[in-house]
Amino acid sequence: MDSTGSFWLPPQSSTMAGEVDALFNFILYVSTVFFAIVVFGVVFFGLRYRRRGKTGLTTSKDHNLFLEIAWTAIPTVLIVIVFFWGFKDYMRMVVTPAYATEVKVTGQKWFWTFDYPEGANAVNELVVPVNQPVKLLMSSTDVIHSFFVPSFRIKMDVLPNRYSMSWFEATREGEYDLYCTEFCGKGHSEMIGSVKVVSDSAYAAWLEASTVFGEGLTLEEYGEQLYTTKACVTCHTLDGKKLEGPTFLGRFGSEIRMSDGSSVLMDENYMRESILNPKAKVADGYQPVMPTFQGILKDRQVDALIAYIKKINQN
Amino acid sequence: MSDITHDSYLSSPKGIKSWLLTVDHKRIGIMYFVAIMFFFALAGLLAVILRTELLSPDRVLMDADTYNQFFTLHGAIMIFLFIIPSIPAALGNFVLPLMIGAKDVAFPRLNLASWYIYVAGALIAVFSILQGGVDTGWTFYTPYSTGTNTAVISMTTGVFILGFSSIFTGLNFIVTIHKLRAPGMTWFKMPLMVWGLYATAVIQVLATPVLGITVALLIVERLMGIGIFDPAMGGDPVLYQHFFWFYSHPAVYIMILPGMGIISELIATFSHRRIFGYKAIAYSSLGIALMSFLVWGHHMFTSGQSELAAMLFSFITFFVGIPSGIKIFNWLTTMYKGQISFKTPMLYAISFLVLFTVGGLTGIFLGALSVDIHLHDTYFVVAHFHYVMMGGTVMALLGGIHYWWPKMFGRMYSELWARVACAFVFVGFNMTFFTQFVMGSQGMPRRYYQYGEQFARMHGFSSIGAYVLGFGFLIMFVYLIASLFKGRRVGANPWGSLTMEWETASPPIAHNFDTDKVLEHGPYDYDRIEVTPEDEKGKVTA
Repeated sequence: MDSTGSFWLPPQSSTMAGEVDALFNFILYVSTVFFAIVVFGVVFFGLRYRRRGKTGLTTSKDHNLFLEIAWTAIPTVLIVIVFFWGFKDYMRMVVTPAYATEVKVTGQKWFWTFDYPEGANAVNELVVPVNQPVKLLMSSTDVIHSFFVPSFRIKMDVLPNRYSMSWFEATREGEYDLYCTEFCGKGHSEMIGSVKVVSDSAYAAWLEASTVFGEGLTLEEYGEQLYTTKACVTCHTLDGKKLEGPTFLGRFGSEIRMSDGSSVLMDENYMRESILNPKAKVADGYQPVMPTFQGILKDRQVDALIAYIKKINQN
Repeated sequence: MSDITHDSYLSSPKGIKSWLLTVDHKRIGIMYFVAIMFFFALAGLLAVILRTELLSPDRVLMDADTYNQFFTLHGAIMIFLFIIPSIPAALGNFVLPLMIGAKDVAFPRLNLASWYIYVAGALIAVFSILQGGVDTGWTFYTPYSTGTNTAVISMTTGVFILGFSSIFTGLNFIVTIHKLRAPGMTWFKMPLMVWGLYATAVIQVLATPVLGITVALLIVERLMGIGIFDPAMGGDPVLYQHFFWFYSHPAVYIMILPGMGIISELIATFSHRRIFGYKAIAYSSLGIALMSFLVWGHHMFTSGQSELAAMLFSFITFFVGIPSGIKIFNWLTTMYKGQISFKTPMLYAISFLVLFTVGGLTGIFLGALSVDIHLHDTYFVVAHFHYVMMGGTVMALLGGIHYWWPKMFGRMYSELWARVACAFVFVGFNMTFFTQFVMGSQGMPRRYYQYGEQFARMHGFSSIGAYVLGFGFLIMFVYLIASLFKGRRVGANPWGSLTMEWETASPPIAHNFDTDKVLEHGPYDYDRIEVTPEDEKGKVTA
């Protein structure tokens, strides 16, 4: 198990990675040999048969059945090996173990949501137990996205109106990059999350904590946590900078111009509506790209976010 | 250029009107050449701007929307306006009738029409810039392309129209090759460039209509809200991918096959030797053309197509690589016991051999199902594609330009500067794109405006490579233009080649040949016909 990665490949952190890399390396070695033959041939013939002085008649040898068969048959044998090897591992990738934990993955512009059977949910951070297979049941609410974790060597498109599936079994605790790899618009390169692989006991603790909604925290503290974990941070800044969505700074309590020319007072009700039904009123200068958080956020979480935004505006 | 002594196609008749209404395949070829090189320069400039943006993980020049429009434009212009028409319509138009001893193509007026259709399609496509640009990527994947409020319609309408130009050229070449060969030129006495153009033309005629249908359906969906691909209207977005790649995979062979034709000519001429494995090379072109229709699903291993489909497409994909391998080995063996000259066209042919081999071998990684799951939609794919298309087709095109330049204009460029430029192009290309293989296999996704810090050094190196590459093209532009005015005059056959286009004056007369051509020897009979390259003074060295 390669925990640091190599020149070519990132660290191996799933049961699949070792097998994929073995084939990658096999193709790399065979290719290097073929490449060396071609380069050697060009250099050797180039030096040996370099034109010196005048041209004259040259050899009539222009075919050789043995050579033609050789350079057809040898590569054919090699690619058939590569095909079966790749196919064998691919079948392991697409057949999910029956006892896998199932997580529902939703891709949308431009964040990931993970729903657990226990009722917990998370945004942009998939928490999973180490050494246990996890099945991902995935769909999109808008355009096509693609779920890619390089360290696990898995990737699968996430489509609207259809489920796609993938699975992995993480072999090392740690945090791994999760990318969207199907172009999905302005925030495509920001649609990144992480997979956090934890021990069994830490996973159980996380599941419990995620189903009690910020107990032991003040509303404002809980809101601050949600601002990052529910991915508000992807599109809304706290420092006045404009991203896909308006900044949270300096707007609470003021009149805001809407794209239809009207203006709205930014109060608690407006914020609640903007979270749960964001297309109802769209601020001037922005596209109606925010998805609804209806069903993702519980009432207490909406309360906490509103409390947090108010706090930012007091400072 | 006015001191050309004979009545060349360039000098008579005179006047801009005589060019715009010409039905001479050579003039149409030159007109294509000018238009295509303009778009190559434009899309190349976009590439340099994109690489500049990628110098740093965060914003350098532009915001995400602009970046997305720039990479879409770079891809769409390079593919539809440059590389698909490049070799067949520009060089092919010029040399095909000359190579088979004909006076023109079979349908000269259709040939001119296809140029005007190309220009119309190209203008409509680039008109999308004035409408605010397109941000879908050159693949126009649905449902993103159905929903985005950018100028998808004018871009795809342009692509639709360009398709007709491509079909007309293909049709014209098929008929020309069947009907207008000089007496005595049987199928297996045709130069291999003609085989390459023939295989290309077959794909152009058979595959391009599917692209037309696909973009037409996309336009209908956007304009009339008829749900074909968009699931919100009951359509299937994966269906779009099937349609799109059913054209666009064969299209990569439209791009590479004529390049392979050029390479066969260059290696035989500059090795001064019979081409090795003529029939193997000719048949493998047809084999590639036929198999190219059966592998489109390898673009879709992660798309949600069935596992059975993925398995079949992977299996067939591997076999489309075999004919390309056969060609490489036959070209290599052609150098054995030759008399090899390293003039600029040969340097590009050798660049092709090296770079296309890398492009082909990296295709094996992507054809293997399990490995492709990891590499799909990363920079590895970007690098593979550029090694095949730029390391392959563009190197062949540059080799062809430098090879036929004296035939086209009757003058020679500076050999020294041409070698310098070739070195810059070769080094810059590898710096830019080899780095991207490593980035990709390390997990860097394509079409990313921002990227993680761990990729910063490789992105920086790749961008510097792009500047080196761009500088090479600048040098080339300067010495090629300069050669038109100051280049040394050349005779009919500067390289000492045995194909027919070298039997007429440089530049050729309007009707190509003084007499009706009859085949007197095969295109590669260097074992029985004495032919010698001209020396620096333009005299034949005896």
